[in-house]
Amino acid sequence: MAQKVLDALAKKFGAAVERTESDGGDEIAWIARDKLVEIATWLRDDPAMAFEQAMFVTAIDLLDLRRPDEYGVLKPVDVDAARFEVCYQLRSLKHRHRLRLKVRVTERDPRVASLTGVWSSMQWQERETFDMYGIRFDGHPDLRRIYLYEEFVGYPLRKDYPKDKRQPLVRRDDLPSPEATKSPKA
Amino acid sequence: MGLELVTTKLEAAANWGRKFSLFTYPFVTACCGMEFMSVAAPKYDIARFGAEFPRFSPRQADLLMIVGTITEKQAPALKRVYDQMTEPKWVIAFGVCASTGGFYQNYHATPGADQVIPVDVYIPGCPPRPEQVLDALMLLMDRIQDGRGHSQLRLKRDKLVLEQQRQAED
Repeated sequence: MAQKVLDALAKKFGAAVERTESDGGDEIAWIARDKLVEIATWLRDDPAMAFEQAMFVTAIDLLDLRRPDEYGVLKPVDVDAARFEVCYQLRSLKHRHRLRLKVRVTERDPRVASLTGVWSSMQWQERETFDMYGIRFDGHPDLRRIYLYEEFVGYPLRKDYPKDKRQPLVRRDDLPSPEATKSPKA
Repeated sequence: MGLELVTTKLEAAANWGRKFSLFTYPFVTACCGMEFMSVAAPKYDIARFGAEFPRFSPRQADLLMIVGTITEKQAPALKRVYDQMTEPKWVIAFGVCASTGGFYQNYHATPGADQVIPVDVYIPGCPPRPEQVLDALMLLMDRIQDGRGHSQLRLKRDKLVLEQQRQAED
């Protein structure tokens, strides 16, 4: 559907576009982390691209996921190489095409540049991604937790966050202590 | 001795009045609210039991209906609302999320509102049928009449503890 977008992107940025994929009407481009803002700005401003709308940003935790290598053999993902994929979904209302950008980041250095300067709607989206996955967006004006409370430790949508770990803010205090209910005779 | 008999009768009379004039504070957080509206509306008509009048200030209510999921972030607000209500007060957990956490087993949902405040009657169901809610209400009314609501029991216990302390001092 928007294969020409992928072709134009690869032609314009060359090696910064690491891989492209077209699957079921979704066009995906893996791009270099340091070229993200440059590519995003071009995608927004180029009249043939005109991606005026950034639909969302999220992240994918590839911990323990197995992926086929070039021979089709399932191999565990190299955790040190890239644990997270930060995933941007863009849409052009003018040309009616969509594009998904993916940036790979490691667990040790989960940083990408913020796109709030390109699409201001990214501000809360990036805060949510930070809240849930701990991805740091450099240059974000107000990178705080957006859904969870400040006391929360860790990032709940990471695959290594325990499913039933709870971090309560308040629990009951009205239950009587055993001392208070003991009758004096006993 | 005779004085004790009179106070018991007075309490029974007061409880009889209380059970037919519950003032509800609907703490509606999720989809169960639709069923709550259905119970409150003319078809199922919670007014038949004298509990039709929702108060939107906890200070004027004595029945807290927890309708929907309580998240960990929201738990302090629930506790605050409960603390603001006047004694004696009763709590109904409406639906499985309020009762046990329901199908949520994760980082954000409180596993039951009774982790935060005491609950008198639990209504299962996702969401519960209005008939179940009316059944729960009648169950609660029986408890109120018998003086077995959690806040009634707590008041009695506090009184006993005070008396014991006084006797120990004498």
